[in-house]
Amino acid sequence: MDWGDWLSNSQNILFVVIALLMVAAAVRVVTSPNVVHAALMLVLALGGSAALFLMLGAEFVAWALVLVYIGAVIVLFLFGIMITRAPTGRDPVRLDHERRWPAALVALATFATLASASVAAFEDEAIEGGVSSTGDLGDVLFSRFVIPFEAVSFVLLAALIGGIVLARKDPG
Amino acid sequence: MLVSQFLVLAALLFSIGVYGVLVRRNAVLVLLSIELMLTAVSINLVAFGAYLQDTLLSGQVFALFVITIAAAEVGIGLAIVVMIFRNRSSANLDELDLMRW
Repeated sequence: MDWGDWLSNSQNILFVVIALLMVAAAVRVVTSPNVVHAALMLVLALGGSAALFLMLGAEFVAWALVLVYIGAVIVLFLFGIMITRAPTGRDPVRLDHERRWPAALVALATFATLASASVAAFEDEAIEGGVSSTGDLGDVLFSRFVIPFEAVSFVLLAALIGGIVLARKDPG
Repeated sequence: MLVSQFLVLAALLFSIGVYGVLVRRNAVLVLLSIELMLTAVSINLVAFGAYLQDTLLSGQVFALFVITIAAAEVGIGLAIVVMIFRNRSSANLDELDLMRW
């Protein structure tokens, strides 16, 4: 594969910028000594993945990600941090384990395995993005995938009730 | 664009999430790292969906399902963390050794 050729495509330059941003934000999520900063860095990483979804033509998924994750889940995390009174100052010793190298080794091995397998399997296969298909997505979601869709909504309802029951002050 | 560039990025994000799950002590931070791993998975799903040009759009549909399940998981997970914090006044995972043999 020719890297100069690859980089001459403007979509790929955009991809590299977004990917670098996402990886930097993800590294900050797992290394930041400040819990609130870690949660806010996750916003950046998720925003990057929403941008990638837009590049791939998955418009609805991108905006659902922004709404659900950045709008709701991060707020939930910030509430969780607030309620559990996690140390918000700079206190890396209490947030991380002492021995980081075994974890880094496992993560590196995971990356090497996944990346080499996927590069070996899809060496130069091109992908086409940028085709919006929200209407089609709605069609299949409510025809072919309607049973899984209802099952997932039931799971969400169960999780809602379970969350209320678990977090209540006086269970009973 | 190539398929493998998305797959390699997703693998990188997934392994960063694995590192976070293994190295963090605070339960909320472990949940944050799990979110990172789930995002990597949905990037893979959408990339494969765009690659296969699937008329059923299964990649995007299942990415939506992953997002939904992740939201449910965060709700339950944080409720459990809050309850554990209330009972033991700590959200550090290595102090929760009640069920360790």
